[in-house]
Amino acid sequence: MASKVIHAYYNDDDILMQAVKKVKATKHHIEEVFCPFPVHGLDKAMGLAPTRIAITSFMYGVLGLIVAIVMMNYIMIEDWPQDIGGKPSFSYIENMPAFVPIMFEMTVFFAAHLMVITFYLRSRLWPFKKAENPDPRTTDDHFVMEIEVHGDEKTLMDLLKASGAVEINKVEK
Amino acid sequence: MASHYEAPIRKPLVIGDKDYHDVSVDISAPIEGRANRQWWIVFSIALAALLWGIGAIIYTISTGIGTWGLNKTVNWAWDITNFVWWVGIGHAGTLISAVLLLFRQKWRMAINRSAEAMTIFSVIQAGLFPIIHMGRPWLAYWVVPIPNQFGSLWVNFNSPLLWDVFAISTYLSVSLVFWWTGLLPDFAMIRDRAVKPFQKKIYGLVSFGWTGRAKDWQRFEEVSLVLAGLATPLVLSVHTIVSFDFATSVIPGWHTTIFPPYFVAGAIFSGFAMVQTLLIIMRKVSNLEAYITVQHIELMNIVIMVTGSIVGCAYITELFIAWYSGVEYEQYAFLNRATGPYWWAYLLMMSCNVVSPQIMWFKKIRTSIVISFIISIVVNIGMWFERFVIIVTSLHRDYLPSSWTMFSPTYVDIGIFIGTIGFFFVLFLLYARTFPVIAQAEVKSILKSSGSKFKKLRDAGKPLYQMPVEKAGVKEVKKTTAPADNQDGKVSDLLSKLGTFDPAKEKADDLKKVKGIGPKMETTLNQIGIYTFAQVSKMTNIEYDLLDEITGSFPGRAQRDDWAGQAKKLNKNS
Repeated sequence: MASKVIHAYYNDDDILMQAVKKVKATKHHIEEVFCPFPVHGLDKAMGLAPTRIAITSFMYGVLGLIVAIVMMNYIMIEDWPQDIGGKPSFSYIENMPAFVPIMFEMTVFFAAHLMVITFYLRSRLWPFKKAENPDPRTTDDHFVMEIEVHGDEKTLMDLLKASGAVEINKVEK
Repeated sequence: MASHYEAPIRKPLVIGDKDYHDVSVDISAPIEGRANRQWWIVFSIALAALLWGIGAIIYTISTGIGTWGLNKTVNWAWDITNFVWWVGIGHAGTLISAVLLLFRQKWRMAINRSAEAMTIFSVIQAGLFPIIHMGRPWLAYWVVPIPNQFGSLWVNFNSPLLWDVFAISTYLSVSLVFWWTGLLPDFAMIRDRAVKPFQKKIYGLVSFGWTGRAKDWQRFEEVSLVLAGLATPLVLSVHTIVSFDFATSVIPGWHTTIFPPYFVAGAIFSGFAMVQTLLIIMRKVSNLEAYITVQHIELMNIVIMVTGSIVGCAYITELFIAWYSGVEYEQYAFLNRATGPYWWAYLLMMSCNVVSPQIMWFKKIRTSIVISFIISIVVNIGMWFERFVIIVTSLHRDYLPSSWTMFSPTYVDIGIFIGTIGFFFVLFLLYARTFPVIAQAEVKSILKSSGSKFKKLRDAGKPLYQMPVEKAGVKEVKKTTAPADNQDGKVSDLLSKLGTFDPAKEKADDLKKVKGIGPKMETTLNQIGIYTFAQVSKMTNIEYDLLDEITGSFPGRAQRDDWAGQAKKLNKNS
């Protein structure tokens, strides 16, 4: 069965925001909005859940810190302890001040890279990935709202026409 | 709308009454256009310098570090000076994009992309010096803590030189990822504008299939914010650790606790000066004066002035503390710096770094493009001499007066330094021709609050947008659409010129063979009544325009791809 979606094109972020709110108020499901730049407040207006990517970054950072501590404890304390300048390295905690820079760098390294990899995978971004925006203008100056059609198509169309759309396409998916 | 409000007292950051589409056009113009003569001239000079540098590096590695001007007293000179100079320059990029993002400074958006590019390119130059100085660069991986065949031989995690390895590689890789993530939407814009298939392919590849969904943008903004939060302490840590290379030693003149903050301020100072140098040229060459305005130059000059003053304070504090410490070696090191045989380098450092930025107190001067350009170069010369003074004057008169000596660089020292400057400019010039040099998506997002067009509308009390006058018609996009009958007049007009297709006598060609005609366009053409190469080959500009009017999609596409020419060839072949 071919499902039908409506693509409503807008050429201004303010008009788009009003339209999103109107469509949302009439209980239609907005599948997606394609924007050429971040429109602030759009995610809330569309009812998107807040992103948890910052939390993952924190967890990756903790992982990096642990890796740094385990690595340096093994290398400098357990495997080959040295007596440098009368300061023997037999205890991690007593020698910790010298290890702070690496602990910090590894925390940042893990937090930054693993978060970005998570972002790329979750948003399906990688080399050779085909772009899926419905119209090349959505990276220039047009915004496209994708709405699934079920039930009362006519009132939705009238609503979209009144909302300031510059173009409305019915697309079979 | 309230969210776009900005105090009227703030000057517009984007001048020239741009709207969203103008931004796309202006940013992609340098990429879509051809390189001019000056670009080729500068590129050739940079490339020649790079080749000379490569020659000098090969000579160094094949012969030994003895080809440099080092001696047993001054055993660290130009290599480490250049290393610190380049790392320092590499600090402004992250500072602009990360710290100014955290402070919500909108003026960063015009300059952050190029500043980050500069960061990455200059950290690459910096990284070359320690690797060359290793003497056997193919063993550079020995700095990584990997299990090895020499028994329990590990790198020394107590050493600031190893901290440097971790700090700089983290900094380089995180900056690269930060830069590339920000580039994705802009590459996507260029991809969707690209006409030539090769460009479309390349920008499709590097944009990682960026689509611009609302969720993507939500994550994108969060990721940018978190990366900025991580990069801010990171950038401060990098130059702090670079200063530890000196501060943890027992050499008078190096062994000072003021080094970390003083080095960081100096790094921001020299980095901003380099951004200023590059952008003053770029805004002119790439016609970006509407985005990188005089106000941007002025704000960067203020940062240069402030950080220059901090550096000046640090110089004076160093002198005071040397005297106040009562340590005679420390006192002599500083006295020797200022009045010894290297007095000229010290004077150059003082006048370039401390005195010259002070003229920026005058608004006339800091808004003058010519003076800003000159000062930015003066500052970078001064900052090179700062590192030279710190390193060479502290070493050349050591604890044993019989071994006191001077340092003079050989042509190999100079060649490698010139080579890295050439390499830097080769990378930057290539970047300026192929990358979106301004973060256009971000600029579009501040256009309504800070663009001159919308500021004027707001001042006049007018709304920032106008509802489209005509209501949109509904188009059905289906695989089997009825012929476009509403434009019968134009269609018959077009067909009368191209000739009609008679399915009884002729065979329909596969129009998709013409580059620029996809399956969709083929169906549209078929609906109009165009089925053969012969018909397409008769098209001229008038017909193209007619076709554009009928289809309404991809205006100008047919001209650029030269459908008629392609069809002629295909017609002959078939």
